[in-house]
Amino acid sequence: MPATSVMPAAVPTAQRAGTRILLEDVVKDYGSAVPAVDGVSLTIEPGEFMTLLGPSGSGKTTTLNLIAGFETLTSGRISFNGDDVSALPPHKRDLGMLFQNYALFPHMTVAQNVAYPLRERKVPKAEVVRRVAEVLELVQLTGRDDDVPAQLSGGQQQRVALARAIVFGPKALLLDEPLGALDRNLRGALQAEIQRIHREVGSTFVFVTHDQEEAMSLSDRIALFRDGRIEQVGSPEGLYRRPETLFTARFLGDSNVFELDRLTDTTAVRGERSWALDPSTVADQARATGAAALVVRPEDVHVALAEDAVPPGMASLTATVVDVQYLGSYRTVLLSYAGGVTGQARVDASETQVAPGQAVHTWWRVERQRVVSR
Amino acid sequence: MTATAQRPATAATPPTARPPRPARRRDRGVDAVPWWLRLVAAVGALYFVLPTLFVIPMSFSSSTTFSFPPEGFSLQLYRNFFTDPVWLTSLRNSALVALAAALLATAVGTAAAVGLHGLTGRLAGLARTVLMISIVTPGIVIAVVVYISFLKWHLVGTPLGYVLAHAALGVPFVLVSVTSALSGFDRKLLRASASLGATPWRTFRRVTLPLISRGVVTGAVFAFVTSFDEVVIALFLRSPTFQTLPVQMYNSVTFEVDPTIAATSSLVVTAVTVVCLVPMLLGNRRKNR
Repeated sequence: MPATSVMPAAVPTAQRAGTRILLEDVVKDYGSAVPAVDGVSLTIEPGEFMTLLGPSGSGKTTTLNLIAGFETLTSGRISFNGDDVSALPPHKRDLGMLFQNYALFPHMTVAQNVAYPLRERKVPKAEVVRRVAEVLELVQLTGRDDDVPAQLSGGQQQRVALARAIVFGPKALLLDEPLGALDRNLRGALQAEIQRIHREVGSTFVFVTHDQEEAMSLSDRIALFRDGRIEQVGSPEGLYRRPETLFTARFLGDSNVFELDRLTDTTAVRGERSWALDPSTVADQARATGAAALVVRPEDVHVALAEDAVPPGMASLTATVVDVQYLGSYRTVLLSYAGGVTGQARVDASETQVAPGQAVHTWWRVERQRVVSR
Repeated sequence: MTATAQRPATAATPPTARPPRPARRRDRGVDAVPWWLRLVAAVGALYFVLPTLFVIPMSFSSSTTFSFPPEGFSLQLYRNFFTDPVWLTSLRNSALVALAAALLATAVGTAAAVGLHGLTGRLAGLARTVLMISIVTPGIVIAVVVYISFLKWHLVGTPLGYVLAHAALGVPFVLVSVTSALSGFDRKLLRASASLGATPWRTFRRVTLPLISRGVVTGAVFAFVTSFDEVVIALFLRSPTFQTLPVQMYNSVTFEVDPTIAATSSLVVTAVTVVCLVPMLLGNRRKNR
């Protein structure tokens, strides 16, 4: 085993000694009109939980396959801890991988599946037995050694796959929508499991999903993909609070979106309406391109019945209530703003009561709005 | 699934009425072969098998000519067969040729099926057609072509010639059976295996081959049987020093009317039946596990 690999996976106290994965201007072109991956550069830090998020066809899975070596680069460079692996076949990359359909070997028992990567690495038999037992304990499947995959539930199968993917102490773990085939409850349980194992193993995790909630709850950082390029990289909170583009704002969470006609350093103008701006809330890209939109999250929008109920210094706009949805701890008020924009406010169930058809004044704090490029 | 879905509905009826229900469902659902279809199948099977089975009582006849019903009972014909070096040599030749041809056809056919699996391009389609061509080409055409080219290459009458020609006949069978075995094969397993550090060859040995073994064995058996009872090409390739069992049988009927062929045929029928049962038995064992 190469010296760069992390500590044996099943040692819970392993230090955070993952691999730095570096993608430099990576391109994968299948010869169609647009390359599947079109110039992606990304640094994944050692021990980081990095999620590649995006709609289907955005290039996230292809990027993962390029890291794994299942696809060959059209151009660009991929390196692990500084070693160029661009031309290395997958079996020499020393990466663990989880697949959506588990991809367990159906003709082998649980123990044989987990021992597979160790046998390929010619690990001595006694050591294999010890490590398989350790890792099965880590994924809480002790005692299921002799079952075949068909005897296990989906969640258990994915845990076996997880055990198999980490037992040899890979340089990093790649996860290709591993929770996609599971029902909601199981997905939550396995998410927690993956998070726990990431903490205990301390290895670099690269996770692909199209589910923004999953991405938000699991990741250290998210790389949002769009049309083969990275739209924005950042922490879940960073992407949610400080999106650079309308695409990012819309992909992560709900938004009220006001497309702007004009943007100056201090004001945003839409039709006859203009808002004062806090300069720190204007995305660099919006300032550069000029084509911009003002975005407000539903939980930041407040609803008042009269204009004098709006606190001074707030951004405000009149609107008509379209519908009210009661959701237990809060209500979602669907709004039709003056100027023809529809949006929503999330208000405390105890806050002002409104009814469909009612004219209201909406307001929000200036520092809570965000100007993004569109 | 249907049983669990039904449970709420049947819960209202008395519990005693519950057990027979799923049983009847299963009778109608899974095992729904009506009696008349079984009858048709049985008649069809007899039609195919009966002529072959006639030869077995004839092989125990004590007469020196062909006759049915057989006269008397003796093992004379079997004694003839097992004491005559001509019969024994041709049996040995056939077995060796069939074995080698089956091995070659299995290797080539399996490699082709695995290689072509999942390919959809025009070239792959062409390759499949070319590999299957010997199934639709009349045997005599193949025989003539093989004879002409083997004359040039000095392969006529040599064991190698037989093996090459018969292997070519066997490849389509292997290709078909392995391709059908691969249809249930999840290609993600190849990636999983690679990610776990296995080279493509190790992946083939440890993952692909075990999972398609039934198709491989079935193909090999068909290739063996195809070679073992092939007579047209063998007639062209025969030489005074090397001929196969079917050719010897042909000779014995056309030149000398030797009833030993009855014993030979019985042996061949029995042997081929046993060989063909191998994949079926393998299949059952796999299912029972």
